[in-house]
Amino acid sequence: MASSEAHISVRGVTMAYGARVIQQGLNFDVNRGDIFVIMGGSGCGKSTLLKHMLGLIEPAAGEILYDGQSFTRADTATRDAMRRRWGITYQSGGLFSAMTLGENVSLPLQLYTDYSRAEVTEVVAYKLALVGLGGYESYYPSEVSGGMRKRAALSRAIALDPQILFFDEPSAGLDPISSRLLDELIVQIKESMGATVVMVTHELPSIFGIATNSVYLDAASKTMIACGDPRQLRDHSDQPVVRQFLAREAAAEPEAEA
Amino acid sequence: MSPPQAPAYQLSDGPGQSATLSLSGDWAQGQEPVDFRDLRPELVALAPRQLLVDGDALGRWDSLLMAFLLQCHNYCRAEGIELDVSPLPESARQLLRVATTVPPHERPREPRPGLLQRLNPLRAARGALRDIAESMAFLGDLGIALLNLCRGRSNTRFTDFRHFCYQSGPDAFAIISLTSVLVGMILAYLGAVQLKLFGAEIYVANLVVIGMLREMGVLMTAVVMAGRTGAAYAAQLGTMQTNEEIDAITTMGVSPMEFLVVPRVLALVITLPLLTIYADLLGVLGGAIVAGGMGITLLQYVSQIEQAISMTHLLVGLSKSVVFAVLIAIAGCRSGIQSGRGSAAVGNAATEAVVTALIYLIVADAAINILFQHLEI
Ligand SMILES: Nc1ncnc2c1ncn2[C@@H]1O[C@H](COP(=O)(O)OP(=O)(O)OP(=O)(O)O)[C@@H](O)[C@H]1O
Ligand SMILES: [Mg+2]
Repeated sequence: MASSEAHISVRGVTMAYGARVIQQGLNFDVNRGDIFVIMGGSGCGKSTLLKHMLGLIEPAAGEILYDGQSFTRADTATRDAMRRRWGITYQSGGLFSAMTLGENVSLPLQLYTDYSRAEVTEVVAYKLALVGLGGYESYYPSEVSGGMRKRAALSRAIALDPQILFFDEPSAGLDPISSRLLDELIVQIKESMGATVVMVTHELPSIFGIATNSVYLDAASKTMIACGDPRQLRDHSDQPVVRQFLAREAAAEPEAEA
Repeated sequence: MSPPQAPAYQLSDGPGQSATLSLSGDWAQGQEPVDFRDLRPELVALAPRQLLVDGDALGRWDSLLMAFLLQCHNYCRAEGIELDVSPLPESARQLLRVATTVPPHERPREPRPGLLQRLNPLRAARGALRDIAESMAFLGDLGIALLNLCRGRSNTRFTDFRHFCYQSGPDAFAIISLTSVLVGMILAYLGAVQLKLFGAEIYVANLVVIGMLREMGVLMTAVVMAGRTGAAYAAQLGTMQTNEEIDAITTMGVSPMEFLVVPRVLALVITLPLLTIYADLLGVLGGAIVAGGMGITLLQYVSQIEQAISMTHLLVGLSKSVVFAVLIAIAGCRSGIQSGRGSAAVGNAATEAVVTALIYLIVADAAINILFQHLEI
């Protein structure tokens, strides 16, 4: 762990859709420079937690702080300013289908930097090359494969060299090699920019390969039942569910479940 | 932190056929950037076999440096120059490695038709013919699906049908009420001015009732439904195409025609005639309002209508409405099912649905009128 300074703090958060509580009593910190993984069975509320951290859904109780500043209580202008330093990919992509991949990646650059047009083109070429999509600028999202869309979305997320990256299942649907490249890329981006990464993933190789910290959400008890380094949790967690999740699948075929 | 320095590079000749590219300053956002296109001619002139990139004097850097390096890399690969980036910071080297693992993709060139070719009338005619042929094929598929429905061997679900009936019928009452009352009034005004010249104001009633029943009631309702329901069908089916739902239906062994198109077509075939009758009634009512304003009593108006009205007029309107319903539904469903993937494609499908439906409506209405004229109906 780079430093033990809390970059993101989740304090007593309860998440609910209407009267239906999805998770409650969530308390954890994400430190600067962490690669933080949100784990749990399907439908336990991982994407929902991510959307709470992004401010797309308001917590029913509790609050979320970035660098000690409350995001939950911040006004729209402050939130927008904070969000500008984030890069986000969504579970189903979120690419603009009416724009080419190149235009998708250049949009944030045009909005928030003073790059000239030529520079934007160069940076877009570089960002797409990073995810292995060099030369695909003029393709529309509907003209590339599902995995390529995932990678293009990642490329858009890192367009502005963000400080915090949020990924919802970035490597689902990728082949093992691209998936490993993606892990490597995430580590590289994190190292070179000092970014913090928060991601939802089921891929055990990535969890054990790159995650430095994690939280496990349990659907049955509707709360987090474990938090810490996933390798530690696999061997020493006092929760059998967590050990099972991390170990049994590791022994079996990890791709099958994803 | 030292004060920011403008980024710069220097290309120097080395021993043998090698060259050194020394980078200095802050290669980060906010600095006057460096353009690779300036470096290219220098590299071409020097034509080295090996290029060493030296970053000793490099300050802060971000994606701008990486974009520059990537262009260097691509140039060197194309020219067969050996690129050595080992003196650069570790993380920059790693990023460059990740960025260059997959060689850039080259999009195959598709021949774009030239302007002359695109304006070629033969080509346009062929396009139109193909469009008509596709419509006919769609109509044929629909016929087969309807036949299957009659034989009771169809995957059409009654619940869908009921849902679409509700959507295209009762939900449209408000807008149909408004348009048909106004159209009735417009007809009456139009006639009143002319008929007054002959002192035959009372015939306004004939004009309104015949005009509404045979023509305006059904046409206006159809136009409103083309914009309302036809576009909705196209958007629904287009979105389903985008989400691969239509693929899913097909691979389940269910015909999208039976499952998606038939209930929509049937719903419109049921609701459009009913809405037309409703529109006729309200149109006549609208006419009564104008007639009242002209000093014709309600009693006179009604008795005049009694003389003018005939079953034939009503049936002409209703038979048109069935034809129009099929045309609107076909235009909407066809655009939706053949839509491309993505939000823009769905938008295009909806536009296309409305435009084709309107063209179909006008052409069909003219054709039917000519036919009835000759049949003296
Ligand atoms: N918009 C919504 N309205 C109501 N309930 C929702 C909504 N979105 C999700 N839910 C419910 O919240 C729960 C958590 O959903 P969420 O999408 O967060 O799951 P997840 O952990 O990301 O699962 P997966 O791994 O399958 O993506 C689910 O039970 C789901 O039914
Ligand atoms: Mg999810």
